[in-house]
Amino acid sequence: MIPASFDYHQPKTLSEAIGLLSRLGEGAKVLSGGQSLLPLLKLRLGSAGHLVDIGRVPGLEDIREEGGFLKIGGRARESDLEHSDVVRKKYPILADTAAVIADPLVRNMATVGGNLAHGDPANDHPATMLALGATVVATGSKGERTIPIDQFFTGLFETALAHDEILTEIRIPVPPPKSGGAYVKLERKVGDFATAGAAAQLTLGAGGEVVRAGIGLTNAGMTPVRAAAAEKFLQGKKLDEATVRQAARLAADAADPSPDRRGSVEYKREMARVLTARALKRAASRAQGA
Amino acid sequence: MAMHRIRVKVNGAAHESEVESRLLLVHYLREMLRLTGTHIGCDTTHCGACTVLLDGRPVKSCTVLAVQADGRDVMTVEGLEKDGKLDPIQEGFFQEHGLQCGYCTPGMMMTSHALLQRNPNPSEGEIRQAISGNLCRCTGYVNIVKSVQHAAAAARSRS
Repeated sequence: MIPASFDYHQPKTLSEAIGLLSRLGEGAKVLSGGQSLLPLLKLRLGSAGHLVDIGRVPGLEDIREEGGFLKIGGRARESDLEHSDVVRKKYPILADTAAVIADPLVRNMATVGGNLAHGDPANDHPATMLALGATVVATGSKGERTIPIDQFFTGLFETALAHDEILTEIRIPVPPPKSGGAYVKLERKVGDFATAGAAAQLTLGAGGEVVRAGIGLTNAGMTPVRAAAAEKFLQGKKLDEATVRQAARLAADAADPSPDRRGSVEYKREMARVLTARALKRAASRAQGA
Repeated sequence: MAMHRIRVKVNGAAHESEVESRLLLVHYLREMLRLTGTHIGCDTTHCGACTVLLDGRPVKSCTVLAVQADGRDVMTVEGLEKDGKLDPIQEGFFQEHGLQCGYCTPGMMMTSHALLQRNPNPSEGEIRQAISGNLCRCTGYVNIVKSVQHAAAAARSRS
């Protein structure tokens, strides 16, 4: 399959890339890894008059801790996130996530920023970033601004990014001691989108009670879903069996999945419940250093 | 028609070509450079038959634009053999009967070759994980895994 004709631009700097986007207007799309965009163009489910390839823009690939945040460059590749030492050690929820996105070959091209900016609720990073309370940095012709992840996903394949803005960085607060997270995904086969997926990030207090809980769900609605009622319910509680069960039920109530070949609404909601319970248990054992 | 001049190194040889912006890397390799060892399978980013190394990393060349490879290094299955001598991964597939129809084989070998560069002694689980983006409909993967293990052992005994 061959995409419809488009023009291609290869800016060497961020300001050049932003200049192109603002000059070319709505018909231009940012090409990062291209692992979602190119299949859409090939299948002609989407079109673009211009592609602005940010593949040569320097400084967008770093993954590092700085100033109280883990900073992930918008063009950092999934395979680099998956194998990053700091991520594996301190952010296992991110390593869990990167390891189940598409397949290892796709992850060598696919980028973390692209996974978010595509605005697909079936993608895996949105749920994780909701659980982690991440912030997205957008750089455009008016400069740089930060967008809390809760305000980033505005609709199906829609985000808060303006057409001339590039997602340049994702910031995740460095977790306090006794924190842990996990991402659990049910997929029919490697490379498939999630039938259901749950991300949980916990911080525990001295007595083992929950100080902060973040829970996000994949493929559970028109936008990525934050299970706010479940998060609130967990506040101050110890994670015994009954508490986990109740939190998972509340999370499943927040899911509004669509039926497709992966399953019915009832099945997917039930899987959201089961996976949330598993993610919470794994997050808790990681928070306790087990 | 938007044309672009690209410079790509393929299997060590420099190429300079005029390409359309929408040309896919796999079509560039097969049709312009006549390197038909790279196969087109599903054409939808699923099967991995079109796997080549881009700056050393295995990628699906049906989902990369030729212009994205501008200034980069590409290695295809034709680049494995050196001076008439098979690469250990080719020897492994030969010795362990790692193919039946052969359609997935170039992609399988490129992914496995990259794995062994990064991890010379992979476990069976690591091999299966590495090739999880390459589909084989003939062998059930058993002989493919054995082929990679054969190559790993040969490379170890050689060094």
